[in-house]
Amino acid sequence: MLTAILIMALGAIVLGSALGYASIKFKVEGNPLVEKIEAILPQTQCGQCGYPGCKPYAEAIAEGEADINKCPPGGMEGVRKLADLLGREVKPLDAEEKPKQLAIIDEQLCIGCTLCIQACPVDAIVGAAKQMHTVVESLCTGCELCVKPCPVECIRMEPIAEKIDNWKWKYPVFEIKPATRAA
Amino acid sequence: MLQRLFKFKGGVKPATNKAPSVQAPLRIAPIPPLLVVPLHQSIGGQPTPLVEVGDRVLKGQPIGAADKWVSAAVHAPTSGTVIAVEERVAAHPSGLLTLSVVIEPDGQDEWIERHSLDHASLEPERVREILRDSGVVGLGGAVFPSHVKLTPAASVPMDELVINGAECEPFMTCDDLLMRERAEGIVRGVAIFRDLLRPKRVLIGIEDNKPEAVATMQAAVEALGENFEVVAVPTRYPAGGAKQLIRVLTGKEVPASKRSPEMGVQCFNVATAYSAWRAIAFGEPVISRIVTLTGNVEQPGNWEILLGTPMQEVIALAGPKADTNRFVMGGPMMGFDLPDLSAPVVKATNCIIAGSPTLFPPPAPEMPCIRCGACALACPHELQPFELYWFSRSRNFGKAQEYNLFDCIECGCCSYVCPSHIPLVQYFRFAKSEIWSRERDKNMADAAKARFEFRNERDEREKAEKAERLAKAAAAKAAEKKPDLPQAAPEPVETPTVDAEAAKKAAIAAAMERARLQREAAQPKNTDGLTIAQRKEIAEIEKRRAPLQAQQQAKPNAEGVQTQNSPKDQQ
Repeated sequence: MLTAILIMALGAIVLGSALGYASIKFKVEGNPLVEKIEAILPQTQCGQCGYPGCKPYAEAIAEGEADINKCPPGGMEGVRKLADLLGREVKPLDAEEKPKQLAIIDEQLCIGCTLCIQACPVDAIVGAAKQMHTVVESLCTGCELCVKPCPVECIRMEPIAEKIDNWKWKYPVFEIKPATRAA
Repeated sequence: MLQRLFKFKGGVKPATNKAPSVQAPLRIAPIPPLLVVPLHQSIGGQPTPLVEVGDRVLKGQPIGAADKWVSAAVHAPTSGTVIAVEERVAAHPSGLLTLSVVIEPDGQDEWIERHSLDHASLEPERVREILRDSGVVGLGGAVFPSHVKLTPAASVPMDELVINGAECEPFMTCDDLLMRERAEGIVRGVAIFRDLLRPKRVLIGIEDNKPEAVATMQAAVEALGENFEVVAVPTRYPAGGAKQLIRVLTGKEVPASKRSPEMGVQCFNVATAYSAWRAIAFGEPVISRIVTLTGNVEQPGNWEILLGTPMQEVIALAGPKADTNRFVMGGPMMGFDLPDLSAPVVKATNCIIAGSPTLFPPPAPEMPCIRCGACALACPHELQPFELYWFSRSRNFGKAQEYNLFDCIECGCCSYVCPSHIPLVQYFRFAKSEIWSRERDKNMADAAKARFEFRNERDEREKAEKAERLAKAAAAKAAEKKPDLPQAAPEPVETPTVDAEAAKKAAIAAAMERARLQREAAQPKNTDGLTIAQRKEIAEIEKRRAPLQAQQQAKPNAEGVQTQNSPKDQQ
């Protein structure tokens, strides 16, 4: 009887200490779900979801505070992926879906106020005070955050044009023609 | 010597249709009235333009410089004037624009200075550089820069060099004619490749439906005393695919994860070898190529055509018949419909086929897949096209990649045998470009995230630094003023925790003080080296001004003293 209790107690101590050690040694920092959600989000950092950046939105989704259909740049496809990951219902997007865009500064009108530089979340605008600013096209995420601060309204958003580099083969769709009866 | 041949799995045997275009000898096309030379004609970086509008260029003059190591230069095909450097229609299935140099030929066809070199006396590195700067790329249609492939793998000894003269696509005969008429040049070019790669054997594979080419190549090899083996391989599409030809000649199967040099084998097209020889031995860059014009035309044949010649000029040479309704660039199996005939001939243009409803009947309607497996039997890469089809069609791209979608060479065998007439290759192309685009988006998103995080970090750091600086300045200021106003400093000013408000005020006061000192220190600049008369005049004006200034200063000075004192008072 005593031996049995001792054996069980010993087992409990050994296993408990092993588990305790593992929980310290292999502690997971942060929520791994947030990372998975963030990987799906488009990282435009536009704040159109109502959160200051993609990570806060991912955190809010992981907490269950935010809905999955608040990200317009991610589009319906993003919603579908999030629904898949989280096991939630697919919902229609809470905004209008737009094609990918690019900010363009009208360099004739720019007064060099640096307001857009401060607004850009990814440092994609170069320039200095009282000097002309310009957008680094390859870095622009099309978040539109620079459009509003501009006091002279010289920034416009343009959809990214199709070029040979980003051209895609289309889904094979064949015209349906009315059947013609052989004579 | 008897060569043991191997077999590759799958493949099809479509009607070759090669006879019409090999009747006539190789002809040289006239210089067209306008040349549109796209700068991006090879895999890799886009060459940067070297010429401007109005420049006179000579034949063979570089007009685009290779961008990085994986890139190849582009040259003026004839002498003339650059009339534009702008976006023009590309020879691409999309029909979109690409940066091109438009040259108006002057008809003199004047060469740039050429240097004849002997590759044996040059460093291998120098030879590769010459090939890059001469724009030598794979002329079989893949246009991969050849100099990149001519670097032997460090770890694996090179066993075989395979020269591809198979030309398995139906209708196409440009390599056949080249081998018949310019065999010697090809063999000399192969010798350059051999000296760079140092393989144990050199195998020249030619499909056995081209006995004339096999014979002339054999004769050229013997005449030049080389030990290359010219091998006739069985005619079966796609025997001319690099991996298939390597398999047939050497028995080596190059896995998807490896490149052929890692297996000790490398493969080049015959036309590439020829252009390499011209580049080294004559200093002639790649400015023209042989193009097969065939199909529904009056005079099928092969022409040597300057790169940049618009398609309509090229087609006019062969005289398309009245019922021609489309033009295909490349072969009927892998080619694409030209969306615009103003697109130019480029290094990848090996064949142009005029199509008519009788030659290429419209495709039969697509029927459901019956999972018969005919496509899997025909696939030379032993893929399962029917599975890939399901996944591509349902946009299940992850699964398509799992089934090795990217091993597909788009040879078209599966579509050719499909009893349901499913355009399988189009589904695969769609899936591939969709996956690439997602990959690009993903990379962009990762980069954006990294930049956003970096920016946030920087903002935080700057804020902290600023607060620290201000606190320090405030502390210093307070310490400095303490002895002046001992009675006005009841609180200990040196406390390190100065609140932000006070720090800000101190900073403003300091800035105002600095500005005032600066103003006072600033001297008018036009008071040096004056004449005596001018000095006198100034002295008079100053005298008049003095009483007025004294009057005016009475008020603002009082105010100024007050504002300046106010922070001290607060302290």
